[in-house]
Amino acid sequence: MADFEVKAYPEMWQELGVDVARFDKARQMLGSAYASIYLSQQNRPTRMDYFDNMVAEIHGGRVQELVAAKKEGRPVVGTFCVYIPEEVVVAAGGICVGLCGGSQGSIPDAEKILPRNICPMVKSAYGFKAGKICPYFQVVDFVYGETTCDAKKKTWEILDRLVPTYVMEIPQMKNKRDKDLWLGEVQEFKHKVEVVSGKKISADDLAAAIKVINNKRRALQRLTRLRANNPAPISGKDALLIEQIAFYDEPVRFAEKVNALCDELEERVKKGEGVMTADAPRVMVAGVPMALPNWKVHNLVETAGAVIVGEESCIGTRYFKDLIDENIKDIDGQLDVLTDRYMKIDCSCFTPNDERIDQVIKEYRESTAQGILHYSLQFCHTYNIEEIRIKEACQKEGIPYLSIESDYSPEDVGQLQTRIEAFLEQIRG
Amino acid sequence: MMFVGVDLGSRTVKIAALQDGRLIGHQIRESGFDPHRQSLEMMEGFDPVRVVATGYGRHLAQKHFAHEVITEIKAHALGARYYFPDCRTIVDIGGQDSKVIALDEQGRVSNFQMNDKCAAGTGRFLEIMAATLGYSLDEFGPAALESEQDVAINSMCTVFAESEVISMKNRGVPARDIAMGVHLSVVSRLIGMLNRVGYGDCLVFSGGVARNPCIVKLLQARLEGVSVLSPELPDIVGALGAAIQAGLA
Repeated sequence: MADFEVKAYPEMWQELGVDVARFDKARQMLGSAYASIYLSQQNRPTRMDYFDNMVAEIHGGRVQELVAAKKEGRPVVGTFCVYIPEEVVVAAGGICVGLCGGSQGSIPDAEKILPRNICPMVKSAYGFKAGKICPYFQVVDFVYGETTCDAKKKTWEILDRLVPTYVMEIPQMKNKRDKDLWLGEVQEFKHKVEVVSGKKISADDLAAAIKVINNKRRALQRLTRLRANNPAPISGKDALLIEQIAFYDEPVRFAEKVNALCDELEERVKKGEGVMTADAPRVMVAGVPMALPNWKVHNLVETAGAVIVGEESCIGTRYFKDLIDENIKDIDGQLDVLTDRYMKIDCSCFTPNDERIDQVIKEYRESTAQGILHYSLQFCHTYNIEEIRIKEACQKEGIPYLSIESDYSPEDVGQLQTRIEAFLEQIRG
Repeated sequence: MMFVGVDLGSRTVKIAALQDGRLIGHQIRESGFDPHRQSLEMMEGFDPVRVVATGYGRHLAQKHFAHEVITEIKAHALGARYYFPDCRTIVDIGGQDSKVIALDEQGRVSNFQMNDKCAAGTGRFLEIMAATLGYSLDEFGPAALESEQDVAINSMCTVFAESEVISMKNRGVPARDIAMGVHLSVVSRLIGMLNRVGYGDCLVFSGGVARNPCIVKLLQARLEGVSVLSPELPDIVGALGAAIQAGLA
């Protein structure tokens, strides 16, 4: 296995107020987990080297860029959810970074305050700030929160004591009045970003930002389409990693690198090369976000000899399936089409949410998968309950189906492995 | 030709040997700390052309001696069909997990449910509750059958259920009644899993817990019109299924 380490920047961490001694241990653990889960893979595309480096520099190089941007007066906004109107932040010259929330390591910090029986992602995120073990949390001007679930919206009140937390109200239905509410929220958010950055956002700024983020989403769409080939030109683990990096990398550079990787994948497809043989079972994952470094399900599935060919998830297609109309020239019109785009997100916090059921089946067909694995985090009531309808749709369509509910702890890995392998036995017939 | 199946379970290792499609030998031993060595010792005296492993230690076995691995789900499906060729539903309660498996007409797995990460409703749960009440595992089921009144155990968490049992004991509730409550709670959980998966009119009960007469009786009582069948050697159904798989290659 290749040598790999997540690089250490103790002086910068110190300046940012990170608990350096503790964080350095987390850094080493992430490095060895990455080496064993990622670098042990066979037949990886060579252009994954950029993304490997993004992991090596996750707590260093990228954080330095954010610190430098802040010195120039550009706002840095920490986010948790795909409802963040990223384009507005970018239009003001700002940067969005997805915050840490995918690790078991910070949960004990959170459980000193928060109840134990809530979503692990919310606990993990809060714990990273409470324990001062995430440089991104330390660098942000403010955190963007939303009202997609009860655990989050009440945690924001507690988090706000540690870092300024701005909350945007996301409606839970999709009627006309809900869009009006949302548009109002987007307008207020624009005002907030203008105040923090000291810069008035013009229609030209917003038009340029819409293009930048659209291009990032287009690159990810292209990657998804390529994964539909058999043999799959890239592993599900690598694709998931790229989808995770999409939330913290610089968007223009990121899109370029994803497109360069896609060029290589196209060559592979032409030559019939893949990461696994064509008879490897093809699985699509649907459900909750998998925040870095939550690679649990992907690692189990691919270690068992299957390949994951799509993520119907917030860290996945839900983030990039919809684009914004680029032909609107006035700012009111732009905010209107921007809101339309965000209204299309089919998060399970909405009711009714029939479009998500259709979307899962559509993506399953497009990905040429052979089965759907629904993944829900513990205590995520909306995904856990919506799972009933996904299961029914799969039964109706005759799609092999497995549902998993899990958190970040390793204690259920044995059981999950058995269930996943049995699911693959079902697919293999 | 001889084929051997090894089931490296959380509590015991089981092996089954098939010759010309007939079960010619089997063994059951505690897993111990070194289950793969234990398995190798148990296989001495058998001379198989192929070995297939299943159970929690299946991948360990593949590293050392097994030619192939299959999951317990598939192994129990194959093993149950050996005894009851028409069955479409299997309940298996092992040491660390409980499963309900649905089969299609050809005997392929069409759906299954497994308990989540905790020990709720497993053999281990019964073992701990028996110890708390001062019974050996063999005495536990028969003692519960002598109960004269129903007592409800509400918690399925082994840790919480244990404290619930201890407080009942200290209220003077007879041990056999608490034992019945424990058995009832396991069966209620199984019924929940069966309802999720769906079941036919012939149900095979496998795994070591199938030797507990109280669980069998309660399960039969809750499933009207269904015949609950237990093979003579319910512990080795998984190992037998693995041996059958070894013969298929």
